[in-house]
Amino acid sequence: MKTFFKSLVAACLLAMPLAAQAGTLTVKGSDTMVILVQRWAEDYMKKTPATKVQVTGGGSGTGLAALQNGTTDIAMSSREMKDAESEKLRTRYNTSGVEIAVAKDGVTFYVNEGNPVNALTMEQLKGIYLGDITNWKEVGGPDAPIVVYSRENSSGTYVFVKDNVLGGEDYTSSAQTLPGTAAVVNAVAKEKNGIGYGGAAYAKGIKELKIKTSGGEVAPTAENIKAGKYPLSRDLFFYLRNKPSGEVKAFIDFALSAEGQAIVTKVGYFPVK
Amino acid sequence: MQQGLAESSMAAVPRLSPAARRRQLREKVIAGFITLMAFTGIAALILIIVFVAKEALALFLEEEARHEASLSKMFLPQVVRQGKPAAFVWQPVSSVPKVSMIPLFIGTLKTTIVSMVVAVPVGVFGALYAAEFAPRRLRELLKPVIELLAGIPSVVLGFFALMVMATVLQDTFGLHTRLNALVAGVGLALAIVPVIFTVAEDSLTAVPRSYREASLALGATPWETAWKVVLPAAAPGILAACVLGFGRAIGETMIVLMASGNAAIVSASLGDSVRSLSATIAAEMGEVVVGSPHYSLLFFIGVQLFLFTFVLNMLASTWTKKVMKRLTGSAS
Repeated sequence: MKTFFKSLVAACLLAMPLAAQAGTLTVKGSDTMVILVQRWAEDYMKKTPATKVQVTGGGSGTGLAALQNGTTDIAMSSREMKDAESEKLRTRYNTSGVEIAVAKDGVTFYVNEGNPVNALTMEQLKGIYLGDITNWKEVGGPDAPIVVYSRENSSGTYVFVKDNVLGGEDYTSSAQTLPGTAAVVNAVAKEKNGIGYGGAAYAKGIKELKIKTSGGEVAPTAENIKAGKYPLSRDLFFYLRNKPSGEVKAFIDFALSAEGQAIVTKVGYFPVK
Repeated sequence: MQQGLAESSMAAVPRLSPAARRRQLREKVIAGFITLMAFTGIAALILIIVFVAKEALALFLEEEARHEASLSKMFLPQVVRQGKPAAFVWQPVSSVPKVSMIPLFIGTLKTTIVSMVVAVPVGVFGALYAAEFAPRRLRELLKPVIELLAGIPSVVLGFFALMVMATVLQDTFGLHTRLNALVAGVGLALAIVPVIFTVAEDSLTAVPRSYREASLALGATPWETAWKVVLPAAAPGILAACVLGFGRAIGETMIVLMASGNAAIVSASLGDSVRSLSATIAAEMGEVVVGSPHYSLLFFIGVQLFLFTFVLNMLASTWTKKVMKRLTGSAS
C-alpha cells in the first residue's frame, strides 16, 4: 500500500510539473454547499499538499458574480446559471461557461412517526402548505388539525419549496417558522400532528414522507434521487469559465471520484455518480 | 472669634492658598467629567433614535416603498388570494409583498398580556410576603434567589420554554400546537417576575414603620395591615414595577422567538401560534436586502416599539404623581 502511494505521488510529480508550483485554488458561492466543498478541500489538501484550496460562502449569486469578475476559479451554486449571468461571461471572456453537477440535494417532507400517513401527492402537499387542507383526515389520516412547520423566509430551502411545491404562491400564514432543518425535525418529532420539510434527516421520532406520483410512491432514497425519480431534488453545481485543466481539473476529478462522492453522502447530500 | 470673623469679611478678596486652588481645580475637572458622562448617555440615546427613525423614514419618502408598504397596506385588510375574503397577512418576502402589521400587534399583545397576568400577582404577592410576613432568615434567602433568576440569560429561559414547558402546557390544556402565545407568555413571565419582585419589594420596605405601628395599635391584624395599609402606601412603587415589567415584556425578543412558533395569525385564541414585533425584527433583519422597503419596514417596527414603551412610561409616571399627591394629601 505504502509503495503504491509513493509511486502514485511520484507519478503525479513527474506527470504534472504544474503541481510542483504551489498553487491556490479558490471556490466561492452557495452557502448550502460550503460544508461539503470544505470537506472535499480538506481531504484533497491532505493528498496533494502542494495545492491550497480556499472555500468561501456568500450565496450562489455572489459566487457567479465572482466568476464573471475573474476573482474565483470555481463558483459553487445551488441553482442553474441564469441567462443574464452567462451573457456577462460571454461578453467578458467569450465563453459560455462550463456547468458540472457535483452533488444532488433532496428536499424531504417529514411527519411524526406516530402518523399513519406515509405518502402524499404533490397536490396534497401544496394544499397543506397553502392552507387549503387543514385536517389530516382530508389526506387519509386521523381527525386532527395539521400543524404546519416551515423555514424562515431567508432560507434557500424555503424558496425551493415555494417555487417547486407551491408554484410560487405564498405559504399559509399559520405556518410556524423555524431556523434550520434540525429545529424542524425536532419540532415534528415532538408534535404528533406536525409536518415539516428540509434536507435528508435520519432522526428519532420522525418519518420521511414518500411522494405519490403516477408511477407509484417514491421515497427520497439515494437511488431515486440519483435517478431523478424523486420530484423534489436539485443539482448542486460547479461553474467554470473554461474547460477545467491542471489543478482545477484535479480537484473536480477528486470531487467526482468514488472517494469524493462518499463524502457527499457523509455530509447529508446525494451522489451524482 | 467674633473679631476674627469680622476681619476676614473685611478683607476685599479672600486669598486662596495654592493647595485650595488645586482642590478647586480638581473639583471642577471632576464635575466636568461627570457632566460629560451624563451628556454622553443622552447623546447616545438621541443618536439611536435619529438613526432608527432615519432608516424608517425611507418608507414614506421613496416611491417604491410608498407603493409596496403604504399605511393602508399596513393597517387595513388586503385581498391576498383571488376569490378569498380580504385579510391581514404578514408576508414581506413574496412576489406581491403583504405587510399587514395587525397580526404582529395581536401577537405582541397576546404574549405580553399572558406574561403580565402570570407575573404581576406572583411578583407583587411574593414581594408582599418577603416584606411583611417572611421570617428574617427566609427573607435573606428569598431575595438573592429571585434576583439570581433575573440573571438567567433569556436564551436559556427560551430554550426551557421550548423544550419543557411547551410539552407540559400542551398536555395540560390540550392545545393543538406545541408552540403558542401561552407558552411564550409563561416563558416571558419567568423573565419579568424578578423585575417586578425587586422593585415592588423595595417600595414596600420603604413604607414608614409608623404606618404599620399605627395600624396594629388600632387593632388591625398583620394581614389587614399589609393589605389595607402597606400595599396602598406603596402603590406608586408597585405600579412602577409593573410598568418596568411590561416594557421588558414588549421588547423581549429571544424567548418569544424560540417559544411562540412565529406564525403571523390573526385570532383571539391563546392556543394559536403568534409572531411578535420584536421577534419579527430579529428573524428577518439578518437576511433582508439593505435599503429595500422590507428593511425600512423592520426599522419602522422598531420605532413603533420605542413609541409604545415611551407613551406607557409617560402615562405611568403621571399616574404615579397623582397617586402620590392623593396619598400625601390624605396623610397631611
